[in-house]
Amino acid sequence: MTRDRRIAVIGAGMAAARFAERYHALGGTARVTLYGAEPRAPYNRVLLADVLTGRYDAETIALPFGRADLRPGAEVVGLDPAARRLTLADGSTETWDQLVLATGANPVLPPIRGLRRPDGTGLRDGVHALRTLADCARLSEDATSAERAVVIGGGVLGVSTARALAALGVAVEIVHQGPHLIERQLDEDAALALRGALRTLGVETYPGNRVRAVTAAGEVELANGHRLDTDLIVLACGVRPRTALAHAAGLAVGTGIVVDDTLATGAPHVHAIGDCAQHRGTVHGLAGPAWEQADVLAARLCGADPEARYTGSRPLARLTAGPIEYAAFGDVQPDEHPELDVLRLTDATRGSYKKLVLRGDRLVGAILLGDLATVGDLARALERDDPLPDHPLHLLTTLGAAR
Amino acid sequence: MTTTTPAATATHCPYCSLQCGMLLAPTAIGSAVPVHVRERADFPVNRGALCGKGRSAAALLGPGTRLSTPLVRTDGGELRAAGWDEALDRVAAGFAAIRAEHGADAVGVFGGGGLTNEKAYQLGKFARVGLGTATIDYNGRFCMSSAAAAGRLAFGLDRGLPFPLADIPHTDCLILVGANPAETMPPALRYFRELRENGGTLIVVDPRRTRTAEQADLHLQPLPGTDLALALGLLHLLIADGTVDTDFVAERTAGFEQARAAAMAHWPERVEALTGVPMHQLREAARQFGQARTGMVLTARGPEQQSKGTDTVGAWINLCLAAGKAGRPYSGYGCLTGQGNGQGGREHGQKADQLPGYRSIEDPVARAHVAAVWGVDPDTLPRSGRSAYELLDSLGRPGPDGVRALLVMGSNPVVSAPRAAHITGRLRKLELLVVCDAVLSETAQLADVVLPSTQWAEETGTMTNLEGRVILRQQAVAPPPGVRSDLRILRELAERLDAPADFDDDPETVFAELRRASAGGQADYAGLDYRRLRAEDGVFWPCPTADHPGTARLFLDRFATPDGRARFAPVTHRPAAEQPDPEYPLYLTTGRVLAQYQSGAQTRRVAELTAAAPGPFVELHPRLAARLAVTDGEPLAVVSRRGRALAPARITDTIRPDTVFMPFHWSGPGRANTLTNPALDPTSKMPEFKVCAVRVEKVLT
Repeated sequence: MTRDRRIAVIGAGMAAARFAERYHALGGTARVTLYGAEPRAPYNRVLLADVLTGRYDAETIALPFGRADLRPGAEVVGLDPAARRLTLADGSTETWDQLVLATGANPVLPPIRGLRRPDGTGLRDGVHALRTLADCARLSEDATSAERAVVIGGGVLGVSTARALAALGVAVEIVHQGPHLIERQLDEDAALALRGALRTLGVETYPGNRVRAVTAAGEVELANGHRLDTDLIVLACGVRPRTALAHAAGLAVGTGIVVDDTLATGAPHVHAIGDCAQHRGTVHGLAGPAWEQADVLAARLCGADPEARYTGSRPLARLTAGPIEYAAFGDVQPDEHPELDVLRLTDATRGSYKKLVLRGDRLVGAILLGDLATVGDLARALERDDPLPDHPLHLLTTLGAAR
Repeated sequence: MTTTTPAATATHCPYCSLQCGMLLAPTAIGSAVPVHVRERADFPVNRGALCGKGRSAAALLGPGTRLSTPLVRTDGGELRAAGWDEALDRVAAGFAAIRAEHGADAVGVFGGGGLTNEKAYQLGKFARVGLGTATIDYNGRFCMSSAAAAGRLAFGLDRGLPFPLADIPHTDCLILVGANPAETMPPALRYFRELRENGGTLIVVDPRRTRTAEQADLHLQPLPGTDLALALGLLHLLIADGTVDTDFVAERTAGFEQARAAAMAHWPERVEALTGVPMHQLREAARQFGQARTGMVLTARGPEQQSKGTDTVGAWINLCLAAGKAGRPYSGYGCLTGQGNGQGGREHGQKADQLPGYRSIEDPVARAHVAAVWGVDPDTLPRSGRSAYELLDSLGRPGPDGVRALLVMGSNPVVSAPRAAHITGRLRKLELLVVCDAVLSETAQLADVVLPSTQWAEETGTMTNLEGRVILRQQAVAPPPGVRSDLRILRELAERLDAPADFDDDPETVFAELRRASAGGQADYAGLDYRRLRAEDGVFWPCPTADHPGTARLFLDRFATPDGRARFAPVTHRPAAEQPDPEYPLYLTTGRVLAQYQSGAQTRRVAELTAAAPGPFVELHPRLAARLAVTDGEPLAVVSRRGRALAPARITDTIRPDTVFMPFHWSGPGRANTLTNPALDPTSKMPEFKVCAVRVEKVLT
């Protein structure tokens, strides 16, 4: 007796949904099952900040997932790669022919005293993360009665959450441990421009400050002793790949689950994609690369392109937070080097800042903030590694750009 | 003594799907051509306006331009003049012998979207009844088949425009996708101009800043092959902006949930990365279209000639449906059909899967109806055949699936087919190639038998323009001696093949039969006759009875689906079949220029047009030119996996720096279709003319 081939996907987030959608669209015939820890269908996590502002309804942001069987709220607690078997939280087991780990990432809880409930069962009232629609719903409810909020962490998530809260009429303060906002993507000048733009929206920023504790009264206490009075706190201190299952199953785990260019782990028939995967030493943690990985794996497993390879991404960091918008890509803060040229254009009246980092006639990195007219050209130039023309200024101004 | 000037004949242009009205007035005795073109101001489509092609069309009637005697290939391989009986006997005997030895499907028929309705109808009947072959398709497959497929899926019916062109100026926001009417149908441009004069917004989507794009309020310049992602991104923004017409979606559509989910997978940042269109332009386009009271989306070959053309058009239709801009006055989706009878040509049975009246050849009821009109047993009718590229690719192949003889009518695939060098090679492998044409086209030059047929002003017939308006193209001159009509050629061949049905060669009689065959079908012509077409400036189908006024506007009450609801297409973006890589780092896109038409078989024979557009060229951006150290006019080779085409550089900043453009009107070394990719759309079988990967090389001279 034959039975259907089965592909088990652990996770029902963006990478999982994309994999399932592509797998069936490309003609895959195996039964695909998505085991999701969350009690709902896959949705577009990228849009959560704008669910908070009300631009999207929670139901609206559902993503397609092909003809996969969805098992919401089915948390996988154990894997046996040798037996090709997984164990669910209720103790039942299921088998697979191919396994795809798309477990995603968890918010990082920083070492701050007083974040948790006294009994240690979770975040205390008024303290939020923003990773799931459930987080979003809780935060949204609190925000309706809040006048002030503190966002801990001034990365992409912190900035977009702060802006979303500000759009709801909440006065927001960002406490950021790094030297300036979003230091992984922006240089100091861009961060300054961003800080100014946030201020006009009602968001104050304190870079170079560490939060030490949340007091019993619910105040945010900085390392310098200063205290911020607030009605709610949002933690935006980055995410960490969910690797516990993989680790317990004996798979190679670094920061994320280690995969090769075929997105295979060391164990036969076990793959990993998305925020939980570490490829060539990099955990991207962005939707774009996660989808590229999902596309490659789907093409391999459905047979449409068994030789497909994922060779890495040069993702464009793109933030849109209401009126605030920037794009950053490549290396934007290189060490001083005689071969590198840096081109900057600042327009204080328009609040725009642009920067190109060039090595000879090649683009190494770029930032566009405030005026993104040339973003398409820049992205293309970086992605294709094309030599630039004699006057790369066209990549900074619409004057003489694509048209 | 007084002479009376013979009256001018009211008729229509020989070229594109507008079918502009024109008058053909006799010229003085001794003139090179028998008539000249005059304005026909009262015809509603073009209101007197004509482009250079239309104005110079009478040159096609001049001596030396057209064929006037049948040609047959000698044992020595030359084409020599022959009498009609010799030529027709040879064709009939050849078809009969191949049919007897290899089966009827080994004899193929390839039609064209420029044929009159009568010819298209008769050609389909000839294939199914005269030859008994399933092997028939036509070049319309290369034209608007993706739009046709998407339209049928969404609305249950395919008609190029669901409204008259004259409605366009009254819509609030129009998105023109991959269409360049400023060069392909200039007399239509006034409708877009009037739209803007009325305060409406024109948005043009095109990888090139065409003359049309230059007139737009907003020009989105996506990478070739990414229109589908662009449409999904705009739908995403309509949802986010709250401009979805939820009442319309609830009352008149089905399938929105899936379309919405697909749109959610195309959030603005991602669409910007896929298409190269900056997010602020996406937002502006979505805002304009979403907030407009009425709106239209019109597509042409850009989004359609892709290996995902059906899905791409479906995504644009989704946008209309979500915004409530379909099935209402001054709103809707339409396709700007290309060829003169691209519309009628797809309705009456020269398509592989179709019977007259836009009926399916697999539908038993349709088979019974048409077989009754033809007086044959329904069971004798063949089933669906293969699509145009598949048909051409099977020519001369050994084995049971090979097509050994081909009758070509009104098409020039040597120039117009994708991967044209390969297709030319296939045509050469045929045992018998027969071409009916007015001129010695590149395809006719390969033929074993060439049959010179009447054209345009030399004959009468009906055409159906892009609006679905059936018009009468009237004879204005006597055909030259030695030339016969396609209808007569088909009749004589049918008789020689002992066809079990009658084939008339009088157009009006054939039209009467077509009316009966189409009756009850979607494209119902039953209520039309030549008198009405003459008197009413054409009539819109469906027109089921003589007292029916015709249907200028479709879908106002219900869509043509069984439940009356339009269907959202569950589509998602995928890349073009061929993406640039280090070896072929650029996109090639192809298209047309103002002074030429399609494969150029007609226009390249008109001196005035050839002077205006003498040959092919390669458009490239100054930055690309600088990188390749190419100067304007320098000879270039454009190389794809399928071949190499030569043409001079034309440097212009109207094109994206990662894309080159070639017009496809020419044969020989500059033939753009040598390069194009025959990757087919799974639904429409449309080849991917509009995007493939190439490199550009300097040619050392």
